[in-house]
Amino acid sequence: MGELASGHPNVVAPDGTLAAAAPADTHFLRIEKLVKEFDGLVAVDNVSLDICKGEIFALLGSSGCGKSTLLRMLAGFEMPTSGRIFLDGKDIAALPPYIRPINMMFQSYALFPHLTVWDNVAFGLKRDGLPKDQIAERVEKMLGLVQLKPYAKRKPHQLSGGQQQRVALARSLAKRPQLMLLDEPLGALDKKLRERTQLELVNIIESVGVTCVMVTHDQEEAMTMASRIAIMSEGRILQVGAPHEVYETPSCRFVADFIGNVNLFEGKLTEDASDHVVIETPECTHYVGHGITGTEGMAVSVAIRPEKIRITQQPPSDLARPACNWVKGEVVDLAYLGSYTVYHLKLATGMILKATVASVERLPDWQPTWGDSVFASWDEYAMVVLTQ
Amino acid sequence: MRKLITRLIPRDPGRSFVIGVPYLWLILFFLVPFLIVLKISMSEMQVGVPPFKPLFGWADDFLSVRIYLGNLFSLFDVANDNLYAVTYLSSLKYAAFTTLLCLFIGFPFAYFLARSRPTIRPVLMMLVMLPFWTSFLLRVYAWKGILANHGVLNNLMIWLGVIDEPVRMLHTPFSLMIGMVYGYLPFMVLPLYANLVKLDVRFLEAAADLGATPWKAFWLITVPLSKSGIVAGSMLVFIPCVGEFVIPDLLGGPETLMIGRVLWDELFSNNDWPRAAAVAVVTILLIIVPLAIFNKYQAEQQGGGRT
Repeated sequence: MGELASGHPNVVAPDGTLAAAAPADTHFLRIEKLVKEFDGLVAVDNVSLDICKGEIFALLGSSGCGKSTLLRMLAGFEMPTSGRIFLDGKDIAALPPYIRPINMMFQSYALFPHLTVWDNVAFGLKRDGLPKDQIAERVEKMLGLVQLKPYAKRKPHQLSGGQQQRVALARSLAKRPQLMLLDEPLGALDKKLRERTQLELVNIIESVGVTCVMVTHDQEEAMTMASRIAIMSEGRILQVGAPHEVYETPSCRFVADFIGNVNLFEGKLTEDASDHVVIETPECTHYVGHGITGTEGMAVSVAIRPEKIRITQQPPSDLARPACNWVKGEVVDLAYLGSYTVYHLKLATGMILKATVASVERLPDWQPTWGDSVFASWDEYAMVVLTQ
Repeated sequence: MRKLITRLIPRDPGRSFVIGVPYLWLILFFLVPFLIVLKISMSEMQVGVPPFKPLFGWADDFLSVRIYLGNLFSLFDVANDNLYAVTYLSSLKYAAFTTLLCLFIGFPFAYFLARSRPTIRPVLMMLVMLPFWTSFLLRVYAWKGILANHGVLNNLMIWLGVIDEPVRMLHTPFSLMIGMVYGYLPFMVLPLYANLVKLDVRFLEAAADLGATPWKAFWLITVPLSKSGIVAGSMLVFIPCVGEFVIPDLLGGPETLMIGRVLWDELFSNNDWPRAAAVAVVTILLIIVPLAIFNKYQAEQQGGGRT
């Protein structure tokens, strides 16, 4: 794990190391202790972030978590109550939006309805007072980039949702901003189109090489597009990290629960060694193959992702410690989803354990069904111990 | 036979009724009176009751139709008498100025109304409507009192020492414009407000984001997007202003020729109904024809799309 970057939020993984080390690069966009209050209500609470040049950074959270307010402060539509924003070393927190070298792709696009596609893309360039031929050249290039050249003369309402989204992208890229902001960039598209557009959008952004901050409530979108993700709740940033880091080593219960599905066992730390810990929960004894920062007797949660659980007909025989890391349960629910099957197991304590089994074989020998008594087990590295 | 019955009884009587009521209203109270006025305008004047000769005659099994176009033609006979032409142009001029002034005063007014806090909007809206609570005639009379030679405004300015002797304001184009703008301002503000309040603030944010100063964003985004409100408000002011009678009669002077007063004179002073009717018909045509062309152009431009 890397060095602690100065000003970087101290995000500590369960094993006590820094989970999210920023890629070795200068801090292109630096947010320092940013606070925004609306009539006494804190929308953004002391947020500090460093974002690197060329990075696609996602602010992920449910609605009302302050992510949009943070983005609007970057764009200049909201003035921070306190704190500073540095872009490429310059403090921009007090600049009005029309001076900032930042462009935003708005949620549901905000394309000017009275202007053609061409004029929408040219709008920002005209404000810079560029000569006509340069504007034309740049607009043509942008429309080529998003493959909308044949639609230049159309008005926004004559385009499909996907085309409008590409016009919005071209418009916000046309001025070659130092920073691009994306507010729920694919939120207005239907699911199939969204999936197709995610990678296309990333390819275009990367080909231009612009630094991006995006806001989304869709974790799949964030994980597909972003190189790093910040998870926000109630105005605070809970964890910053690459997609696999926030998924595999969540820093707290909220993050573990917010990103993907998780089973949480509540218990007590009974054995704390440097290379392993043992946690007693009502369901079973957990032997975790890595150390944590904690004290014996403290209350902790053990988080296990459903896909890390194996389901067997017989008690597991291949475990290193036969007394640990397995439970018995009854299948109360199952959902076959094609590529995998979700099982809900009811344990003796009443807890519902979620487990997913990938459909590796077309016709497996044995498939649990409703009412079956089965055994669920997992290995000692499958778990994350959460102390907060 | 059955086919005829099914055609006469509409499948959806409720729908036809709802559409039919306004149709009937417009036919009875707009189209029929207009046709009567048109008929009178094409008849000859006579002394008697009614003061015009009938258009249709029936004698010796002959149906005779006498259409007299002298009244209509004489309005355009500039070489002989240019009073009507000059008055029409003057009316259009004052109506246009009133519309422009209402727009300049009403637009910022409506803009701030639409941008004000939603909690105080009803109060502001009521202030716009408040003048309607008093009789229109009374309010115009009040202006007479304010603008007269020994009226409120002159006395105030003399008292302040701005002027030494009263300035003649009443019965001038100035007093006419004050009265017209005052009277018609709410008709400009209300449609503009209705339009501006719907304007999505995100368009202005997007414009600012792309480098447009607030002033630029206003001209490039707000004004074009409120075009339908501007058109609606301008029509609501311009059309009644062309034929306005009360304000020019009370506040206007000898030099402020307006077609409404000419019509009044023809009808009540000269008792020349056919000519008054002709004046009215030409006034309507003067307004309707350009508006129809404008509307057609507007519809073609938008191509059925949204504004």
